[in-house]
Amino acid sequence: MEIRPIFASLRKHRIPALLIVLEIALACAVLCNAVFMISQRVSDIGLPSAIDEQGLVSVTLRGTDDKLVASEIPRNLAALRGIAGVQQAAITSSLPLSTNNWGWSFGVNPDSVIANQKNINVSLYFIGENGDKALGLHVLQGRFFNGDELADSKFDTAPLPETHAVVMTHAAAENFWPGQSALGKTIYSKPYYYTVVGVVEDVLRPNVSTTNTRKSYDAVYFPMSAAGSKGALSYYILRGAPQDRDRIMREAEQKLAELNPGAVAKGQTYMDIREKYFANMSSMAWMLVLVCVVMLAVTAFGIVGLTSFWVGQRRRQIGIRRAVGATRGHIMQYFQTENFLLSTAGVALGMVLAFGINIYLMQHYEMSRMPWYYLPGGALALWLLGQASVFGPAQKAASVPPVVATRSV
Amino acid sequence: MFAYYLDLALRSLKRNKVLTSLMILALALGIGATITTLTVLRLLSGDPLPQKSAQLFYPQVDPNAKDGYIAGQTKPDSIMTYPDAMNLLHAHRGTHQAAMALTQAKVMPKQANARPFFSDAVMTTSDFFAMFDAPFQYGGGWTAADDDGRAQLVVIAGFLNDKLFAGANSVGRMIRIDDHDMRISGVLKPWAPQPRFYAQDLGGRSYGDGDAVFLPLQTARAMEMGPQDTECYAAVPDIRHLETAPCEWLGVWVELHGDEAVAGYRTFLDGYVKQQVALGRFQRSETSLLDLMGWLRQEQVVPDDVRLQAGLAFGFLLICVVNTVGLLLAKCLRRSPEIGVRRALGATRREIFTQFMVEAGIVGLAGGVLGLLFAELGLLGIRHQPAQYASLAHLDASMFLFTFVVALVASLVAGILPAWRACVLAPAPQLKAA
Repeated sequence: MEIRPIFASLRKHRIPALLIVLEIALACAVLCNAVFMISQRVSDIGLPSAIDEQGLVSVTLRGTDDKLVASEIPRNLAALRGIAGVQQAAITSSLPLSTNNWGWSFGVNPDSVIANQKNINVSLYFIGENGDKALGLHVLQGRFFNGDELADSKFDTAPLPETHAVVMTHAAAENFWPGQSALGKTIYSKPYYYTVVGVVEDVLRPNVSTTNTRKSYDAVYFPMSAAGSKGALSYYILRGAPQDRDRIMREAEQKLAELNPGAVAKGQTYMDIREKYFANMSSMAWMLVLVCVVMLAVTAFGIVGLTSFWVGQRRRQIGIRRAVGATRGHIMQYFQTENFLLSTAGVALGMVLAFGINIYLMQHYEMSRMPWYYLPGGALALWLLGQASVFGPAQKAASVPPVVATRSV
Repeated sequence: MFAYYLDLALRSLKRNKVLTSLMILALALGIGATITTLTVLRLLSGDPLPQKSAQLFYPQVDPNAKDGYIAGQTKPDSIMTYPDAMNLLHAHRGTHQAAMALTQAKVMPKQANARPFFSDAVMTTSDFFAMFDAPFQYGGGWTAADDDGRAQLVVIAGFLNDKLFAGANSVGRMIRIDDHDMRISGVLKPWAPQPRFYAQDLGGRSYGDGDAVFLPLQTARAMEMGPQDTECYAAVPDIRHLETAPCEWLGVWVELHGDEAVAGYRTFLDGYVKQQVALGRFQRSETSLLDLMGWLRQEQVVPDDVRLQAGLAFGFLLICVVNTVGLLLAKCLRRSPEIGVRRALGATRREIFTQFMVEAGIVGLAGGVLGLLFAELGLLGIRHQPAQYASLAHLDASMFLFTFVVALVASLVAGILPAWRACVLAPAPQLKAA
């Protein structure tokens, strides 16, 4: 295909050609960044967490009398185990993505105090008997808490538990002791210290950082007895088959409300907790998708509109070319090549713009660098869009009969 | 003459219905997206107390250890310890001052078989209501003496009064909160500043419904009510006594009138911190005293996503405008012979220009009307979102007008290039070709 005549013709229609280039460039820039934002959110929403999310149900019980929990928690758990389909029931202080965070920072040296800058901030989960089984935690190394650790752990007046056993996620272990086995090692926050008895597969924190997912898994588990919990344990967790979870949730909420008339029971399936946590993010992702689709449609219409106009303007030239021997295919190719050239200029400008916008967003928002392949990806999408939009007008051009050349001279 | 242009423009637009509707639709989509996101952005970055915000200040100090401190760079902490809050309060340097923390209050309705429920609550000191202009429906707040005497008093929001007392004047009646009987001293009219500025960094949401229960800080603490957020900076021997623990959990606001008072308070705050450093309680001497809007800016209270959406919508509008320029240009170049005839018959360049600008303006107005529809749809969508601010998303009169301003500006900007191209066309070749 000879492209010189195309250039010559474009030079005569400089402004419409520039407009198409500009529109494609803007669309390419916005598309790359929007798709990147969507993908970031999709990956955040899908952050894995090694618990049985499908079968887990949580009922929070708040407003209980701290002095009575020693007898009430075992009674409530026994009642919950009586619900049909409940395989495990336990109590904990919080759940991944529940936004109910209890954070503390620990160091690996015996003289670490909370204010040390080198300490690692972790989320604390306090958990009662069978908690590992109810959550569906996967122990990777060592073991979960034994009966003695669970029965002996209690709160005194400090916000840290009176125990010496801790189980941490693999990610937390890696952050404390990179490349080493954490088992048997100790974390400190003077005067408290805890020895790692087990490492579990990564479980998310109650709040996750979307900019640094490496920190989203820094969580540790402490054993906790009902008697010594001082109101810290308020999440009843039940595990059953996924198809039973809604029924279990309703029945458990009702049962706890009946047993504890002075307290407030609220049931949720774990899937609801997760969905609620990421609800804003997913609605943002959908809005971005919507904008991208509408924007591409507008761009396509713009290309169709301008190309149709060109075709209309050049009916005579097309007729002449047809009369002197050009086939329909040649005419089609002419418009397709023209669009390809314009799109190429557009995406070249668009990729630069997209890169610039990404840099700007990185400076002003919590945004990471866009991987390079988004640029050619966006370019390819707009090339295809351009070719698809030009197809109709090009076909119309190809169907101009040669006889047009002889008319209205 | 204008009527004639209008007629010409309408005729021209009618001639090519598909192209015209495409132009209007594209412009309307861009405008709809822009207005929707701008409405939300404006709503979220608004002034929660327009009549008062310039007089409200948020003092900050820093009780943290020296480790990690860079003089002149490290910002002081966003919330305060109890001793610091009380020292600032008892100095009475402002017209009003109050300390506050958020909590959850368990409310037990009196009706038989009624279930208790949790309500958002604020534990604060007596000046809170006067300082923030919280309007009372019935009764009033409590006094400084009630603060010190741990009076069992409470102020409730109108919506809680509606729920518990069917909206009747409940002042003097009892309400059961966290298993204690409290006397109602006042009922607020609907009051929900947006953003909920006083809750920033205290562990609550930034937008949405107002708080339901307000109780004296020390009364609430005596009832063992805990703050939503506690930040500790040293080993905590006893977390139950937050008043003496090395933990921050209170926000302090002061009302100051005039630059002199503000400067005076700054000096006082610096002096206070220097004194604490001398006493060995503090290691860092940084302070901050931002006004309400400055504090909200520093807190970046407007979610990033909302600002990103607004930026994205502007980008989209830009694409729509470029698109409109292209389509208007196509339309007008196609009418070159007609322009030639008009020019030959004596129309000046200015007249041709005006004619095409009128045409662009009509596209803009139509785009504005349709864009308004899209914006209403968009806001309807936002009201169904899970965000805290969802229920607030409504188009107000100024945004309504602004829609048309945006539409007209966008279409006229889009129309300049085509109109200029049209008016500089030389008439002769066009006449020949025709």
